[in-house]
Amino acid sequence: MVVYELSDLEVDRIFKALADSTRRDIVGRVMHEGLSVSTLAHDYDMSFAAVQKHVSVLERASLVTKQRYGREQIVLGNVPTLERASALLASYEQIWRQRAIQIADILGKEGSTS
Amino acid sequence: MTVINVTTDVEALTLTLVAEFDASPSRVWQVWEDPRQLERWWGPPTYPSTFTRHDFVVDGESRYYMTGPSGDKPHGWWRVNAIDKPHRLDFDNGLADDDGEPVPGVLPMPSYVTFEPVGAGTRMTAVTTYVDVAQMEKMLAMGMKEGMAGAASQIDALLSA
Repeated sequence: MVVYELSDLEVDRIFKALADSTRRDIVGRVMHEGLSVSTLAHDYDMSFAAVQKHVSVLERASLVTKQRYGREQIVLGNVPTLERASALLASYEQIWRQRAIQIADILGKEGSTS
Repeated sequence: MTVINVTTDVEALTLTLVAEFDASPSRVWQVWEDPRQLERWWGPPTYPSTFTRHDFVVDGESRYYMTGPSGDKPHGWWRVNAIDKPHRLDFDNGLADDDGEPVPGVLPMPSYVTFEPVGAGTRMTAVTTYVDVAQMEKMLAMGMKEGMAGAASQIDALLSA
């Protein structure tokens, strides 16, 4: 019926990865430009290893990719995965929006006939 | 005028709808209580719902199915956990098999709705909690393709939760 390109496991990984504010922040920052792990580590009040761990969680969820340039590892946002995860949320929101519209319609129709 | 706002909290995995209607809380309550009114709005336009059972009392259960454009009939169920007419409703919403009975081992989504008077109207707040993300996707299979549009614009919301 509905064809999503994400498996249940992938979806779980994505949302678990995004359930952390630091990781959401990292994804937001690397969406438009690649940043090295050391640049990212510099901006958060945590160790290089801790940031690297966050990046690994995001990488497993396919939310970012890592590319090596010389000694630097550049983290890049993976837009298609984010779009699919967003679409999933948007679909649910759309269901409830539609429900509210239909309720308003029922209430409105009644008002106009009374 | 109807004001509708829907937000998703990625961290808590909750979806919150806030809608204001030009009708009293008692009147808005009826669209939940009366199965004939309920089935006019619970399913999306492309998947109208039919409630074959609706015991709208504490511990009461409901059974429904939706009829899709190709004749497919996904089934679902509710169980009412608490009722405070016309202020608050707590219920679980789950997936059912083709025979209409709850799918064993699949957790339902806890939901609650509040109805507050605002002027002459009502502010209705409905909160759904996804217990399991995979389940959320399965529930979505109940005929929702419409929401796919505008996905890109949702990314900011996803990340700024």
